[in-house]
Amino acid sequence: MRRIKTNTLLIKTPEGIVFSLLLAGPVTRFLAWALDLACIGALSSAVGTLLGLLGLISFDLARAIIVLACFIIQIGYGIVMEWFWRGQTIGKRLLRLRVMDAQGLRLQFSQIVIRNLLRFVDLLPAFYLVGGVACLISRRAQRLGDFAANTIVVRNPKVKEPDLDQLLAGKFNSLRQYPHLSARLRQRVSPTEARVALQALLRRDELDALARVELFEEIAGHFRSLVEFPPEANEGITEEQYVRNVVDILFRSQWPNRQEKPEAAPA
Amino acid sequence: MIIDLQKFVASERRHWADLESLLDKLENDPGFKLSLDQLKHFHYLYERTSADLAKITTFASEPQTRRYLESLVARAYGEIHETRETPHRLAPVHWFVNTFPQTFRRHLRVFWLSVGITIVGSLFGAGAIAFDPGAKSVIMPFSHLQGDPSERVSREERTADDRLSGVKGTFSTTLMTHNTQVSILTLALGMTWGIGTIIMLFYNGVILGAVAADYLLAGQTKFLVGWLLPHGSFEIPAILIAGQAGLILGGALIGWGGRTSLGTRLRQVSRDLVTLMLGVAGLLIWAGFVEAFLSQYHEPIIPYWAKISFGAVELGLLALFLARSGRKPAQDAELGMRNEERN
Repeated sequence: MRRIKTNTLLIKTPEGIVFSLLLAGPVTRFLAWALDLACIGALSSAVGTLLGLLGLISFDLARAIIVLACFIIQIGYGIVMEWFWRGQTIGKRLLRLRVMDAQGLRLQFSQIVIRNLLRFVDLLPAFYLVGGVACLISRRAQRLGDFAANTIVVRNPKVKEPDLDQLLAGKFNSLRQYPHLSARLRQRVSPTEARVALQALLRRDELDALARVELFEEIAGHFRSLVEFPPEANEGITEEQYVRNVVDILFRSQWPNRQEKPEAAPA
Repeated sequence: MIIDLQKFVASERRHWADLESLLDKLENDPGFKLSLDQLKHFHYLYERTSADLAKITTFASEPQTRRYLESLVARAYGEIHETRETPHRLAPVHWFVNTFPQTFRRHLRVFWLSVGITIVGSLFGAGAIAFDPGAKSVIMPFSHLQGDPSERVSREERTADDRLSGVKGTFSTTLMTHNTQVSILTLALGMTWGIGTIIMLFYNGVILGAVAADYLLAGQTKFLVGWLLPHGSFEIPAILIAGQAGLILGGALIGWGGRTSLGTRLRQVSRDLVTLMLGVAGLLIWAGFVEAFLSQYHEPIIPYWAKISFGAVELGLLALFLARSGRKPAQDAELGMRNEERN
């Protein structure tokens, strides 16, 4: 069967745990390279100016050392940065990219050197055409250097812990007055459905007003089709609040301390 | 079943934080080594976090927590399952005296293949010049090689002043960087299943053969050897070794007769490729110095016999170094025993 190219690499550990890595695409990588190129240019020019002072002793010596220094910076920038920053250069760091071993293992020095030396082929004929095409074709978005070094470039978006406290706590939940129906709801709703509802709530402010009403209507309707609560449980609450109550039941099995003895009227 | 996410996060958070801080230490300080107790704890935390990831993936599908745990497990996985040795300190002398020649000898047959391709190219270049001297401008597109060799020799031998005065250093480093770039390209073209490397070696051979034939036919053998041998004794082997590295890479991509996967084959040769290329860079630095400071001076400034002798000694020492350096006594004894058995 033909394997479909995705931007995610799944790695299965011997313990049977599967984790995914988000692969970086050619455009992001090209932007990171452009930033690195600017850094190389700035560094070379700074070193050139500094070493130019040697011209006071010997012009030939100064020029020879500048030629050598610029060459070393050009070749060594990627190698040194990726080695000391564990797979990152300045450009990659700014765009949250990281070079990793294709099997998820620790990056080796030899892998870093090879992927950087093979840049010479990826650059051909100009502007990373070979590397870019290889990256587009490759299932793991690898340029030729990555392929030879057995490395991949992954994107690490900033990982935040979910702010469930802000989302769920502190509100009266009318559905909790029916524990047997709540239990049935927890039993019937799949994790995927629960995730959809949670994500809809977390991202509610990004939606247009009309789309927001329609979306929560649809989700609420789906949950109602799974478990029907008595009409008084739904009285006076919006569809969005209904979904919020459902998510509260799904993701928190116990009453929060403040709501242990609900006496107030439905919110 | 859907797990109580808040309770779950609250109870497990400290273990994740522990694992994260240990990973930070390991990643930020390459010299940091875990004690046995720390290692056991690290393993425990890895397994616990892995189990948490499995739980959250199965019973909650909450993407943010899952991504956070995935990033922890991915980082810890790399540390736990890595079995390749990582050198903790640099040992350049040991590397140069032992690792480089040993690696070279381990792939000796590939080196001879690289030599063979260059020889075929040289014969082609020499033949082309011998049979069609007009092809010179096509085969050697370098202005300083276009003229008549005898005229060049007489002009250079008449020159008393130092034409490289004041630019020797720059000339030397320009040669080093240019040759290193050519070598890296020769290695990198190994990614074309070795075809690009073969073309590079062949083309180098064509130029070398054409220049040699041009000077030999003009009766300028002594000048040719005195001009090329001092730096060529390091520069040509360096390009041949770069070709060796490129062919090893191409061979790993093709993988004749082996049962190992492509990834494993590339992993097996990666360290050798780096070793060979670093060795090539070292050889080219020396060649650059010699070419700028010695090769460009001819009689009467430096006698040809002195240049030729210098080049021959260099070549002999390099051959001896590559053939013998880093040989373990056990290997020698084993080799001796094999020879005795044969006799």
